[in-house]
Amino acid sequence: MSESNFKRFVEVGRVALLKDGPQAGKIAVIAEIIDHTRAIIDGPTTGVPRQSFPYKHLTLTPFVLTKLPRAASSGIIKKQLEKEATVAAWEKSSWAQKRAAVQKRKQLGDFERFSTMILKKKRRDTVRKSLAKAKKA
Amino acid sequence: MARTQPRTRSLASARRGLKKTDTTASNATVEKQVGGAKNGGTRQVPVVKAPRFYPAEDVRKPKIHHKTPKPTKIRSSITPGTVLILLAGRFRGKRVVFLKQLESGLLLVTGPYKVNGVPLRRVNQAYVIATSTKIELGDAKLDKFNDAYFAKDATKEKRSAEAEFFEEGKPKAKEAFPESKAADQKEVDKSILASVKKTENLAKYLKASWGLSKGQFPHQLVF
Repeated sequence: MSESNFKRFVEVGRVALLKDGPQAGKIAVIAEIIDHTRAIIDGPTTGVPRQSFPYKHLTLTPFVLTKLPRAASSGIIKKQLEKEATVAAWEKSSWAQKRAAVQKRKQLGDFERFSTMILKKKRRDTVRKSLAKAKKA
Repeated sequence: MARTQPRTRSLASARRGLKKTDTTASNATVEKQVGGAKNGGTRQVPVVKAPRFYPAEDVRKPKIHHKTPKPTKIRSSITPGTVLILLAGRFRGKRVVFLKQLESGLLLVTGPYKVNGVPLRRVNQAYVIATSTKIELGDAKLDKFNDAYFAKDATKEKRSAEAEFFEEGKPKAKEAFPESKAADQKEVDKSILASVKKTENLAKYLKASWGLSKGQFPHQLVF
């Protein structure tokens, strides 16, 4: 039996990132697979109401709830999410952190953007200088 | 002698206040000697003879306007002390400080002059982006600034373009900026400069010009 190259599967208990809709950017758990285009997703602790959702607008994450029964209710999903601390694990992942950083930069006002530019210039300058110094030595 | 004006159509326009005719002249009379025994000797004769014909056309009555324009409402994001980005005119791209709204609805802004070279100036809010940055205005006195302050001298008589720019075949020397206005600028900017200094990079920010780089769209930016 050859091993699959795929690591993440659409499966009951898979945590996915929503790419579209009013809850875009939030994560939810696949509770039940409807067909080859849609699944029932639910995010009782992430602010995503139980709903049918197309895979087209889902991105699978490496996180899975272990042994989640098919069509589990919101209460059960919530309990298991809290027990396995999946949301905290997601927020700790570099993927989520990068997303948060991008979001934060987007929300900066004009003056903050300018201040960031100044700080970046300063960092560039120190890096460049210390690199030149290290090269000489 | 209280004589009412004759209600003739020839005087209709004057009655309605359309034409400003000198009523004292048209009412003036002159005493003239009249011959003949039974004619009373003298007679009052008007100085200006009344026209012999009525105008054939009806005099158009101007429409009465009851509406008065409402004062311009400025965007809620523009409050005294807001940093604005100018988008049009000589100083486009500059970041300036909003001081107050003038009666004409225009915004009174200042650079401050020492920081970015923008003097006290009036701008239309349509040509401005309001940022979320606010600067304390302190005790800057703005009472003297109104639209008349910025108006050009009306007394200057019209001269030819040649006389306006040249003198004795040479370009004319620039007129000095009025000292009182320079002093006003300094006075207003004083307290603003003091509060600008309190925040790091703020003076640099005001001095720098604003612009869009690749992939930036103003409607997607937060200001």
